[in-house]
Amino acid sequence: MSEQSFVHREHRNRHHGFAERLARGVVQAVEHALEAEAIETRSGFLQGLDPRIKLAGFLALIVSGVLTTSLIVLVALFLLALVLALSSRVSVARLFKQVWIGVLFFTGVIALPATVLVPGNPVWQIPLLHWNVTEQGLRSAAFLIGRAETSATFALLLILTTPWTHVLKAMRSLGVPVVLVAILGMTYRYIFVLLHTAMQMFEARRSRIVAVMGGAQRRRTVAATAGVLLDKTFQLSADVHLAMLSRGYRGEVHLLDDFHTRRRDWLALFPALMLPVLILWFQR
Amino acid sequence: MHIPDGYLSPATCAITYAAALPFWYVAFARVKCLLHTRTVPLLAVFSAFSFVIMMFNLPLPGGTSGHAVGVAVATIVLGPWASMVAVSIALLIQSLFFGDGGITTYGANCLNMAVAGTLVAHWTYMLIAGRAELTASRRVVAAAIAGYLAINVAALLTAVEFGVQPMLFHDATGTPLYAPYPLAIAIPAMMIGHLTVAGLAELVISGGLVAYLQRANPDLLAYSVSSGVADTRARASIWRSTRTLWFILAALMILSPLGLLVEGTAWGEWGVDDFAIGEARQQISSASGNEALPATVPQGLEHLAIVWTAPVPDYAPGFMQNANLGYILSAVFGTGLILLAFLLISRASPK
Repeated sequence: MSEQSFVHREHRNRHHGFAERLARGVVQAVEHALEAEAIETRSGFLQGLDPRIKLAGFLALIVSGVLTTSLIVLVALFLLALVLALSSRVSVARLFKQVWIGVLFFTGVIALPATVLVPGNPVWQIPLLHWNVTEQGLRSAAFLIGRAETSATFALLLILTTPWTHVLKAMRSLGVPVVLVAILGMTYRYIFVLLHTAMQMFEARRSRIVAVMGGAQRRRTVAATAGVLLDKTFQLSADVHLAMLSRGYRGEVHLLDDFHTRRRDWLALFPALMLPVLILWFQR
Repeated sequence: MHIPDGYLSPATCAITYAAALPFWYVAFARVKCLLHTRTVPLLAVFSAFSFVIMMFNLPLPGGTSGHAVGVAVATIVLGPWASMVAVSIALLIQSLFFGDGGITTYGANCLNMAVAGTLVAHWTYMLIAGRAELTASRRVVAAAIAGYLAINVAALLTAVEFGVQPMLFHDATGTPLYAPYPLAIAIPAMMIGHLTVAGLAELVISGGLVAYLQRANPDLLAYSVSSGVADTRARASIWRSTRTLWFILAALMILSPLGLLVEGTAWGEWGVDDFAIGEARQQISSASGNEALPATVPQGLEHLAIVWTAPVPDYAPGFMQNANLGYILSAVFGTGLILLAFLLISRASPK
């Protein structure tokens, strides 16, 4: 993953080899999963809500952030995300590290030229370059960064306060087929298995290197690793298939559905669902 | 390449979800039909593989490195339908759990990478590889070009989605509400990076992987999922799996005269006549943010207008008295032509 992501990356050690970089990526992905699991178990406002309500509510909030054409509403939504985080014992430092700084770097770089490229009323001229920073340009950059920051904060809060298996089960209430829910659950499980396998393969290769590898040689190594991993993937899927058959799997997926909504769930869902409706109503 | 939330307008997101939906439906139905009980484990593990491949950092010529999407790899090994599903699942986990790509823009990301990327990779690979031996070096070249083209078509689609935003979605002061750059900036900005680094990463992983598999395990290159008997069975039951889609298509054809209820001409679809009539000029101007229209018909438009005259102008044949019936007939005729074209392409492409 090279773009905006919840996985915190460090770019300082660029001179490190590709094996180290992959290994660090794997460790960071696993860390993200473990940290999410630790936060899910804390007692807080979002942790106490039904996962289905949370999923529908957060989707409504993300859609609201994309729908609004007012910067004030966008700021209000961002503050709401902050309040929800603090009431769920998710620290500002975590949001800063996992979302805000990453989004600011990624979207900020994209949004910055818009301040001079979007035509409109000039508000300031950059000295020496004589480029005009326009009001419309500043507003469009604020919209882009504001929307990206707000939506990503809501998305992270959902993942940090809900176990992944519950998010998947909650998807059923949104009409996602049960087979797809089962596949997503298993995919998530095997991502870590395959990441671990890939890391071990790179480690094994690295421990057998006695000289600096050239570019072409390194490319061949990565392609070969991907090839072996593909072979292992097919073997693994065949093994999993046999294991499933031996346990009575005949192509039908059944998931336990043990969620129960309470009054406060509905009290939380109602304003969340009303928000996009109100935004659409006032923007008519 | 992974579009985050907030870059595309809700209307664009809805359209891209709607465009991706039939592909997901057909792909999943075909895969389920082919694999039966193998569907869940194979798709789950292969989606995980697609995810892991996206994390590989590839050393590229020139000292840089880049990440690949691996869409051509998935297409060559799994076939187009299973690849569409596997890449879509990998993208869903990336967006939901890892925040790489948005939730509202998930449809667009899938349309660009999983659907368009897969189809381009599949057609390119089939066209270049032809009936060459599994171990022929032509297949390595085919895979490399398939990967390069697939990622660049996906990038071009992304750039177009970005580029239409400021044109269609801005407020009264002219402030772009979503991605702020027009096509003239969005396309070069996206394509420069993808024609070089990202395209090269895809080229290296696709070609390199096929070259490795030819030496180590050529069987994996023989469409391990959709080959032989299973494919025949799938063809036999294709009607069952796509039945709902045909019904939806028929309903859409019947509903096509709904377009007549809307007044005026679609934005950007103006003809020479529209520039001459006062009322039409007024409509064009008000639909384009009160932009002043040129006094005469633009020379280029006038010149090109005579190059091609539609056989069925304005979707209603001249002999037809009832415009609604004409609309339905045009929909049936147009859809039939598209289906015929796809049928011919599928017959012409090597199996």
